[in-house]
Amino acid sequence: MKTDNLSAETKAMIKAEHSHHKEIDLFGFWIYLMSDLVIFSVLFATFVVFQHNYAGAAGPKDLFEMPYLFIETMLLLLSSVTYGFSVIAMNDNKKSQVLIGLIVTALLGLGFVGMEINEFAHMIAEGSSPDKSGYLSAFFTLVATHGLHVSFGLLWMFILILQIVKHGLKDGVRSRLMRLSLFWHFLDVVWVGVFTVVYLMGLV
Amino acid sequence: MIFGKLQLSDIPYDNPVIAGALASSTILALVIIGLITYYKKWGYLWKEWLTSVDHKKIGMMYIIFSLVMLLRGFADGIMMRAQQAMAVGDNQGYLPSHHYDQIFGAHGTIMIIFFAMPFMVGLMNLVIPQQIGARDVAFPVLNSISLWLTAAGGALMMISLGVGEFSNTGWTGIAPLFEKAFNPGVGVDYWMWAFQIAGVGTTLAGVNFIVTIIKMRAPGMTLMKMPLFTWTTIITNVLMVLSFPVITAALALLACDRYLDMHFFTNELGGNMMLWNNLFWMWGHPEVYIVILPAFGVYSEVVATYSRKKLFGYKSLVWATAAIMLLSFTVWLHHYFTMGNTTDVNTFFGITTMMIAIPTGVKIYDWLFTMYRGRITFSVPMYWTMGFFVTFVVGGMTGVLMAIPAADFVVHNSLFLIAHFHNMLIPGVLYGYMAGYNYWFPKVTGFKLNEKWGKLSFWGWAVGFMVAFYPLYILGFMGMPRRISHYDNPEWQPYLIVAAIGTLIIGFGIFATLVQLFLSIKDRKKNLDTTGDPWNARTLEWSTASPTPEYNFAVIPHVKELDDFMRMKEDGTAYKQPEKYFDIMMPKNKPYGPLVGAFTIAFGFAIVWYIWWLVIVSLIAIIALVIVMSFDDDMEYIIPAEEVKRQEDLHFEKLAIAMAQSDNK
Amino acid sequence: MRKSKLTKLTKGIVLLLLTAMMSGCKDMVVLNSKGPIGRSEAELIYVSFGLMLIVVLPVFVMTFWFAIRYRDSNKKATYKPNWAHSNKIEFVVWTVPIIIIVILSFLTWKSTKELDPYKPIESNVKPLEVDVISLDWNWLFVYPEDSVATLNELVIESGRPVSFRLTSQTVMTSFFIPQLGSQMYAMAGMRTRLNLMADVPGTYMGRNLEYSGNGYHKMNFKVLAKTPEDFKAWLKTAKTTSDTLTMAQYEEISKPKAGHPVKVYASIVPDLFDKVMAPFMDWMNCHEMKMDGCSHEGACECSDKQMDKCHDKTGCECPDMKKDSPEMGKSCHDMDNKKMEDNK
Repeated sequence: MKTDNLSAETKAMIKAEHSHHKEIDLFGFWIYLMSDLVIFSVLFATFVVFQHNYAGAAGPKDLFEMPYLFIETMLLLLSSVTYGFSVIAMNDNKKSQVLIGLIVTALLGLGFVGMEINEFAHMIAEGSSPDKSGYLSAFFTLVATHGLHVSFGLLWMFILILQIVKHGLKDGVRSRLMRLSLFWHFLDVVWVGVFTVVYLMGLV
Repeated sequence: MIFGKLQLSDIPYDNPVIAGALASSTILALVIIGLITYYKKWGYLWKEWLTSVDHKKIGMMYIIFSLVMLLRGFADGIMMRAQQAMAVGDNQGYLPSHHYDQIFGAHGTIMIIFFAMPFMVGLMNLVIPQQIGARDVAFPVLNSISLWLTAAGGALMMISLGVGEFSNTGWTGIAPLFEKAFNPGVGVDYWMWAFQIAGVGTTLAGVNFIVTIIKMRAPGMTLMKMPLFTWTTIITNVLMVLSFPVITAALALLACDRYLDMHFFTNELGGNMMLWNNLFWMWGHPEVYIVILPAFGVYSEVVATYSRKKLFGYKSLVWATAAIMLLSFTVWLHHYFTMGNTTDVNTFFGITTMMIAIPTGVKIYDWLFTMYRGRITFSVPMYWTMGFFVTFVVGGMTGVLMAIPAADFVVHNSLFLIAHFHNMLIPGVLYGYMAGYNYWFPKVTGFKLNEKWGKLSFWGWAVGFMVAFYPLYILGFMGMPRRISHYDNPEWQPYLIVAAIGTLIIGFGIFATLVQLFLSIKDRKKNLDTTGDPWNARTLEWSTASPTPEYNFAVIPHVKELDDFMRMKEDGTAYKQPEKYFDIMMPKNKPYGPLVGAFTIAFGFAIVWYIWWLVIVSLIAIIALVIVMSFDDDMEYIIPAEEVKRQEDLHFEKLAIAMAQSDNK
Repeated sequence: MRKSKLTKLTKGIVLLLLTAMMSGCKDMVVLNSKGPIGRSEAELIYVSFGLMLIVVLPVFVMTFWFAIRYRDSNKKATYKPNWAHSNKIEFVVWTVPIIIIVILSFLTWKSTKELDPYKPIESNVKPLEVDVISLDWNWLFVYPEDSVATLNELVIESGRPVSFRLTSQTVMTSFFIPQLGSQMYAMAGMRTRLNLMADVPGTYMGRNLEYSGNGYHKMNFKVLAKTPEDFKAWLKTAKTTSDTLTMAQYEEISKPKAGHPVKVYASIVPDLFDKVMAPFMDWMNCHEMKMDGCSHEGACECSDKQMDKCHDKTGCECPDMKKDSPEMGKSCHDMDNKKMEDNK
């Protein structure tokens, strides 16, 4: 929108509306996250219902290796921290630091997704594919849904990096950075749930 | 490869019933397309309507869409009634069970997902921003995407009529019958994806309206000063955001079963069919309130306006609505008391179910006491409202009856159940939406609907409903099950013939609605609403011109009371023109909605038929569109103050003439 | 001419509605039950309807009364546009429904316990045991004590409780005999229970109430309630019929097909009910369950193939499954959970 030949009054109005809208966007994103949380709750509940339905196929003790999972988890947790640095840098208007933070976060995220894909490929190669039992179906669906979310987060992050390079730290970009931050931390929290319910409780 | 599983023989051109329906809908579509082309209106349609982000236009498109789907759903209904009226003993009727079994699923899916839901979201769109003193919803482009996702689901429904088949597992899905082992065809996939796509659209609409109501109310409008329709809408939207993801997840699990051979709802390898019942009704029961609560909101507005009185027990009504919201999540198991649950479980869910009757009963009495000591005008919306009072309570009564597990054991899955939920959904939902349609029609179009045909349409529905559904209660007690295409007990037939006649009377009601719309458009000059407030109503949406200008409010009102427009009229401040107008910023029309919708149809069709290249292409296209949207900075435009003044002056001129006329009378 | 036809039609409809109400008692089999369970359920329906009328009737009266009294043209009526609150009215409209729901809740609590389908019917006659297996789209009734079976016809003894065990070979179905009372779902790999009784001899209709595919509308069966003497005689002849239910025969009738003719089988496969459930029960994994060769409830044992996959074959014990304990015997699902808790 061209704002050149508008009165000062109107410009002030537009500014006020935009800043109000930033608040609205953030609130809307919270509500969306709540709905996403419901999806995860359903998948968690399903997993709990199915946690012993091995049907003769492999169970958690055959499938999981703690050290591998520990590294995977650390990657994701660390990426939340690095994202936090980006947000701090954004508040200080340090564009290059924001970019560095985001790139490191994205790399950590990619590492996480890569490890997960590797884990899945390994399981399927060993014959523990999701069609083998109710337990495996529930396991793959829950974990892959989280992984898919992380992948979308990565795509979003990539686009944001482009936008920062192109537009700098404009209002719209900042607001999106904040929303992605919520999304990223949210996925972290969900992962803590996955780690506990699927892996720890499975191995205990 | 290119067409996946799809073959020419999947188009049932050899079946006279389907071919007839298909041919007539295709001809109708061609006529409409031809007319638009002939009058060269494509550009106008695209620029002003299809890409519109104006909540009023989106609302109207939702309602037009839902009325079209109502016709299809009703056609399904009348086909079932006709079949059951004749198919006894040696007479097999005119529908083979294979076809009949698809119809009851299509009827339910259409009526709930593609008639009731879009009509409701349409009404919300038309009214909510105006009622809370806002200029648009929180996310206008998202609003357009919601509309087009719903439409995409509807399109998939319509395609299933002509290409392939529809699901035979009812609108609820039946585990494990819908699994590939028992249902290898595309019917279940059509149902699943149409439902899924529309559901995602609904969740997004829910997010949008929660934010709109929480964040965009006019200054001064505290929560307890919100009109009741706004209250029921926000509570509905909370229900939508909390419950629709459940069905999204459940349908995704089903997709995993059907496409990736997983075992969620299968018989074998650790699947658990009972999980489907739980998940479906954890969404399904709140869904009932999702469609009913907005209708309750409409009744609240209508009864106060036409009784020319304040709404009785406003606080009670608000708290009753909130109570219904909470309770609606605690009752889902009453849909399957007969699954061998322990007595404690059944008792718990039976009692929570009954508890919902308390706030609902309170609401009805509050509306009745709004009429008490009023001055009631019997306009069309009031007819629908009163029709609702007397018929809905019967449905409530049979509902409480079925909440008692031991009583449910003998009427569950019978026609008694069918009679019960139609008794909730026709008076509870459809009557309310029709009341709202008649009530707010002049606000969005600028002219009133024909009263005579409106009343005829009411009588068609009211009489038709009783004749069509009350016999089903008796049939339920006679042990007649739901969903049967043929029966051997001749004692049932007379009642089924009566029910079929009732459906015809309902058909007259629908016909009258269409005549009403046609006549009203034809005689619109005679029924113009020049004041913006044709019913002497109480809430903010009536304080603007009819039809509402695109910016809704030239100046955002400052709210002091509940029913603030009534307060302004009493103060004498309602019709004072402000001295100065300002520039207004409004969202620009954007093509993202219809484009996302189009690619979603492609995606849905492709995944139903295993056309994998198209699945990938359309998914990438949708994601790309979202990315392009995030780079789009050109989202708003300015309406200059002079233009606002011009429009408002025109309104105040008309208003002055209208006022002078009414004074002379 | 046309007019008389029309009047005839209207007359017909009115007559029909009237007869519907009057003759209801006879035709409405659900309310006119032939057994104790159904009778109690019908009573429950009457009582709760009566209670609810206390709330519902005033709505009818008030709607019409208020509408006529406060119509716009009646200027005599009081008009109070700002009257919108009354503690007295609010108190009444909240309290009365609450009281009625409290009464109904009590009724619910009591009746749900009393009419629990799993609860054996009290009687000094030993109940007749019938295993119900629902097929696509037929019903197989197995009499394990007498080793006979019937297809699409259920024969019971009047005055003697019947204890059903239900399962399904395929999809979920609902077993219902409207004239005797409660229905119950039958599900693959699970066992549900139902107890019914016919007081008087007669022929009743039974059917599936849960849509189960193309042949669903034909999935009904006759119930013959015979006097004790006739029942004994029937059993005798049943055992001498030429048809026997072998596993091959069972597989033949379990193929999807509607409307097999009624058949009586003189002998059955031993433990057929458990064998039907077994293939759907392999999710009960030896990892946790440590089940091995539990003799009677064969359905819950691990097959050898599965046992091979067990990490720890030693310590596999046969769980103590009380066959008829209603608390844990609901379905094998429940049993499994219970067992798992015990293991912990």
